Amino acid sequence: MSALRPEENAPTRVAEALLLVVALALGMGGMWMVGHSIDNSLPEGFWTYSIVLAALAFTAHIVLRLRAPYADQVILPAVILLNSVSMATILRQDLAGIDGANASRHLMWTALGIIVACVALFVIKDHRSLRRLTYTAMIVGIVLVILPLVPGLGREINGARIWIYIGNFSLQPAEFAKIAFAVFFAGYLVANRDTLALAGKKFLGLQLPRLRDLGPILIVWAVSLAVLIGEKDLGTSLLFFGLFVGMLYLATDRVGWIVIGLAMFGAGAVVAWSIFSHVQLRVNIWLDAFNPDLMTGHSYQLVQGLFAMSYGGMFGAGWGEGYPEYIPFAFSDFIYASLGEELGLTGLLAILLIYLVIVQRGLRHAVGVRDGFGKLLAGGLAFVMALQLFVVVGGITRVIPLTGLTLPFMAQGGSSLLANWIVIALMLRISDAARRPSALPTRGALADPVPAAASGDAIAVGGAGPVQAETEAGAGRGATPDDATQIVRGVDR
Amino acid sequence: MSELTFTLLRLGYLVLLWVFVLSAVAVLRRDLAGPRTASGRRRRPELAGPAPTPAPGGGAPRAPQRGGPSRLVVVAGPLTGTTIPLTSSGVLIGRAPSCTLVLDDDYSSSRHARIFPQGGQWFVEDLGSTNGTYIGEERVQGILPLAPGVGVQIGQSVVELQG
Repeated sequence: MSALRPEENAPTRVAEALLLVVALALGMGGMWMVGHSIDNSLPEGFWTYSIVLAALAFTAHIVLRLRAPYADQVILPAVILLNSVSMATILRQDLAGIDGANASRHLMWTALGIIVACVALFVIKDHRSLRRLTYTAMIVGIVLVILPLVPGLGREINGARIWIYIGNFSLQPAEFAKIAFAVFFAGYLVANRDTLALAGKKFLGLQLPRLRDLGPILIVWAVSLAVLIGEKDLGTSLLFFGLFVGMLYLATDRVGWIVIGLAMFGAGAVVAWSIFSHVQLRVNIWLDAFNPDLMTGHSYQLVQGLFAMSYGGMFGAGWGEGYPEYIPFAFSDFIYASLGEELGLTGLLAILLIYLVIVQRGLRHAVGVRDGFGKLLAGGLAFVMALQLFVVVGGITRVIPLTGLTLPFMAQGGSSLLANWIVIALMLRISDAARRPSALPTRGALADPVPAAASGDAIAVGGAGPVQAETEAGAGRGATPDDATQIVRGVDR
Repeated sequence: MSELTFTLLRLGYLVLLWVFVLSAVAVLRRDLAGPRTASGRRRRPELAGPAPTPAPGGGAPRAPQRGGPSRLVVVAGPLTGTTIPLTSSGVLIGRAPSCTLVLDDDYSSSRHARIFPQGGQWFVEDLGSTNGTYIGEERVQGILPLAPGVGVQIGQSVVELQG
C-alpha cells in the first residue's frame, strides 16, 4: 500500500515553472516590442510591469507547490500568458493615448486577482466544503444579479445596467454571480440528479422531466430573463441560462434537457426580439453590419473590429503597428479584434488554443475527480468559460449578435479579472483532488492486480486468512463510501 | 529599429507563441493515458512483462499468480457489462450504497458477498446473505477460492473475474 503515502513523490512542478518562463517571456517581449515600435525605446514602466508579473506568477507557482502539489501544471502558465499578453496590448493602447486604456490599473487588478486566487487556494482546502454553501450560493448569486437594478447603486452605461458604484469604485457583479451559480447548480444537481434523470415520461425518444422537477430551471430562466429585460444585458443572460442547461446535461446525461433549454431560450429570445428595440437593433447590426446607415453609427464598432482583423491578416501587423484608436473599447470589449490586428490570425488561433487548453483541463479534471459535486463544479466552470469565449469571439467575428461580455483574462476590467482568477483557483483546487494518487481505482484505469501481500508467502486459506484480508480491505478503503459508489456510477454510465 | 528586424521579431513572436501552445499540449499528452492511479505514474514494469514462473507451493490450491485477473465483470443480471477494476482492497457486493458494486436487486442482501485477494489468489466470501452466493449449483459457505472465468451468482446477477 505504498500508494497511500503520497508525500513521497509529490510532483516538483518543473513543467509549470518552464511554461511560466515562456509565458512571461511572451508578455515581456510583447511590451518590449510595443515600446520599440511606438517610441523606439523601452516603454515607460516596462520593468515594473515585468517584475510585478513575474513575481506574481512565481508566487502563485510556489503557493501551488505548497497547497496543491498535484494540481494541473498547464492551467497557471496558460492563464499567466493570456494575462500578460493582454498587459502588453493594454500598455500599447495606453502609450498610444487611447482614452480609457490604463495599463497600471490593469496591472493592479491582475495583482489583486492572483493574490485572491492564492488566498482562495489557502482557504479552500477541499472543494467539497463548498457543497455546504449550495443554497447560500444561490441567494448570493441572485442578490448579485439584482444589485445593479437597485436605484442609487446601479448605473446605466452604454445602454446596459450591469455596473454598481460604491463611491468611486465600480463593479460588475454578474461576473461573480457566475461562480455563485456554478456552486449552487453543482450542489443542487448532485443531490437531485436522479429524480431529474429518471422520473418522467418518454416522448419521441426523449426522457422528459416531470413538471414539478422543472421548478429550479424555471427560476433560473426567470432570473436570466430579468437580467435581459431589467439590465438589457444579453450576454450575461445567455451565460447564466447556458450554464444551467449545460450543467443539467452534465448531471443527467439526458438530451431532453438540452432540447428543452434551447426551446426555452429560443422562445425567450424571440419574445425579447419582438418587444425590445435594443434587441432588434443588435440583430440588425449583426445581419446588416455593412449597411451604410448603420456603419457610421450603431455597427461602427463591429465593422471597425472586422476591418482591424482583416488588416492584421495572416501574421498581423506587429506589436504597435495597428490602429486600435479606431475601434471603440479596443481595450475591453474589443480586445480580441485589436489582438487580431497586431498578431494576425496565427496569433489569434494560438490564443484560442490556449483558452481551449484551459477549458479542456477543466473538463478533464471533471472526469478525473471522484465526487459528483467536484465533477459538476469543474465541468460547469469549464463550460461557462467556453460559452463566454464563444459569445465574445462569436460576437466580434459576427457569428452571433454582439453582446457585452468580456474576454476572460484579456479584457481590461477589474470584476472580470478578479472573478476569473477565482474560477482558476477553484479549477486548480479540483485538479489537485483529481490527480492526487488514491488507493481507489479511477474509471477506466487498470488497477494493480497484484496485492501487496502476494510476496511469496505461503497461502493461508484458513481462519486467519479472512481476518487479515478484512483489515487490509479496511485500510484500502481510506476513502469514503461516497467515493466507492461514485466509481460504480462512473462505470455503468 | 529597421523594417527587417521588426518583421523578424514579429514573426519570431508568433513562433514563440506557438512554441508555448505546443509545449502545453505536450505536457497534456502525458494525461491521455489516463489519470494516475495508486500504482504510480506508469504501470510497474513487472506487471507489463511476462508472468514469472509460479512459486512452488506444495499442497496449495493454486500457485500465486502475477498478472492475474484485472477486473470484475457482471455477465448476467440487470447490470450486465459493468466492469470494475480490481484492487488489493477487494470488491464488496451488495445493495448498500457503500458497496463497491451496488446491486439494485431484491434478491441481494445489503452486504452480500466479498471478492478479495489473498496471497496472490482471489477468494469469494459470503457475508451471511439471505439468499446465498452460488458458484454453479454449490452454495458458498465461508470462503472459497475463485478462479478467473468462474461465474458467481449473487441474487439475479452473475459476476466473474477476468484477465
